Amino acid sequence: MKSPVVLLLLLAALARAACAADAPQDSIEQRVKPCTSCHGNEGRATREGYFPRIAGKPSGYLFNQLLNFRAGRRHFPIMTYMAQLQTDTYLRELADYFAGLRVPYAPPNPPNTTAAVLDRGQQLVKEGDQALNVPACNACHGRRLVGVAPAVPGLLGVSQDYLTAQLGAWRTGIRAAAAPDCMHELVQRMRPDDLNAATTWLASQAVPDDAQPETAFENPPPLECGSIEQGSRAP
Amino acid sequence: MKKVLGVGALLILVVLIGVYWFRAPDRQTGDAPVSTAASSEDPVARGRELVVLGDCKSCHTARGGAAFAGGRPIPTPFGTFYSPNITPDAEAGLGGWNATDFWHALHNGYSKDGTLLYPTFPYTNYTRISRSDSDAIYAYLRTIPAAARANRRHELKFPYNHRSLLAAWRWLYFRPGVYEPDATHDAEWNRGAYLVQGLAHCSACHETRNALGGAQAQAGPSGGLVLDWYAPSLTSPLEAGLQNWSTSDILMLLKTGWISSATAKASTVGPMAEVVGESLQYVPEPELHAMAVYLKALPTNTPPGDSEAAKVKYELPPPVLAAGKDLYEKHCADCHGRDGEGHEPQAPPLAGNRAVNMTAAVNPIRMILFGGYSPGTAGNPRPFGMPPYSLTLSDEEIAEILDYIRTSWGNAAAPIVGEDVSANRGSPLW
Repeated sequence: MKSPVVLLLLLAALARAACAADAPQDSIEQRVKPCTSCHGNEGRATREGYFPRIAGKPSGYLFNQLLNFRAGRRHFPIMTYMAQLQTDTYLRELADYFAGLRVPYAPPNPPNTTAAVLDRGQQLVKEGDQALNVPACNACHGRRLVGVAPAVPGLLGVSQDYLTAQLGAWRTGIRAAAAPDCMHELVQRMRPDDLNAATTWLASQAVPDDAQPETAFENPPPLECGSIEQGSRAP
Repeated sequence: MKKVLGVGALLILVVLIGVYWFRAPDRQTGDAPVSTAASSEDPVARGRELVVLGDCKSCHTARGGAAFAGGRPIPTPFGTFYSPNITPDAEAGLGGWNATDFWHALHNGYSKDGTLLYPTFPYTNYTRISRSDSDAIYAYLRTIPAAARANRRHELKFPYNHRSLLAAWRWLYFRPGVYEPDATHDAEWNRGAYLVQGLAHCSACHETRNALGGAQAQAGPSGGLVLDWYAPSLTSPLEAGLQNWSTSDILMLLKTGWISSATAKASTVGPMAEVVGESLQYVPEPELHAMAVYLKALPTNTPPGDSEAAKVKYELPPPVLAAGKDLYEKHCADCHGRDGEGHEPQAPPLAGNRAVNMTAAVNPIRMILFGGYSPGTAGNPRPFGMPPYSLTLSDEEIAEILDYIRTSWGNAAAPIVGEDVSANRGSPLW
């Protein structure tokens, strides 16, 4: 008679322990719950969604974006709302957390375009266009386009929708970075179909398995960028 | 017909004269109740502290713009106001103003050239400020860097765009007068009253207002809708009333924006998070303590429908209850617990939570839609946050979840519908 009761109590205790193990912890993982609800589990996002992957991006780059939302240089109401009343130290901690995550990338979607567009895209990304005075993307974003720590982001593994929206916003001045804003200067030299070609090609590329940002530039960046200085600063 | 009109006009005239005759006289002089905070003799340093306490910078600075150069949009039911430039710039700011001009704005609500000011600038509160504090604020504002940003015209609906109507509004709802100490209370209470009623302008948000934006004649700030949020009543212990809290708990909430003690639980979100983050966390503790003493002593005034006795036990239709429970357990229970018991400090209990149970459901709706963090403060530098669900859940689903929360575990608040949620989508975030 007693044993079923004991068994029940034991089961109840086990269930309780299991619940306690699932309970939210006083941890950084619990603190970033508001971030991952849009940016995906561990900030890995998805290929289809608009919300960019933030896992594994250089910490200085992520920190810069939080400061940009807070200061009105970038506009996305819910990001501004999340970042506006937090200290630099805390924003840096959140940036460091996502920068340190090493989670696998989803394979790219097959591009839905012509070979000519892809060729033009690849040319812009890898060689630039001297006639337009546009340097190659990989001159700053790393030879493998996986970014250069601490402040230059990789260009692979984010959706074309997101890339196109950012370059468009930079062209019209809706998105801005710390001055001098090299990306603003650069995209103004490019035609919309060139921007489209570059983002199409970038979004069609697989991300290397060891896609860690480079630790240093191979050559000095061809343009002066305020974001590099701001992202390197300690909070 | 003519006779009736004539008698009516005469009656109105008699009433107007009567009101004018019996209104309180303007008290322009008098010192502020003395602060126990170690304050400087230097008016600029004192003015700086007062400007922080009044949170002047928040409204008078656009996002990313120069400090105090104005341009922040303030959405109201009457249209959008744009705060003016109050830097010492000669053209765009207050460069041409002297201390008396500034006093007239604060105390009487009119500009240097006599233009009547809209009460979005809360001179209905600031009129309580003493002349010497006004002069100190003015002295500090002379020292901030001048910025040339030109003022932007307010975008107001008819008839509110007619400034001349303010004469009537002021006649109905505004009486200038410096704070009059109340001898039946001690010095600290008086200091708290002076700050809360005046410079801190708490009632600018927490007051119940009529359709014309005039404060309802009530004993203390009894809660109002503002900036798309509900600023809860400070006189009802069922809302944000602090009558049953200890002064140290109140001080902790004002200073850190968040508290979870055995005796008090609350966190600040929306506009109040900004007040803590930009202003209150930097205010000297003796001043916060005085405010806490006054807030605690505010009269209790629970709206009849909110009293425990009048609480209706709402029965949700079974399909809504089932859907709400299901969604709650999928999206909310991991952090807030299956029975709304919470996991502190990460996630507050929802059972018995005042913010959840208030008649106005706008705050919990906005919390589910937009989530958010408490402000980062010295006392709470790494806040936990609520994830936004505006992109993952429909209006109906959010209504079902909230109905389940508002009627479970002893909670007893009226259910809402999907339209209540959709009314909050897309409105500007604060």
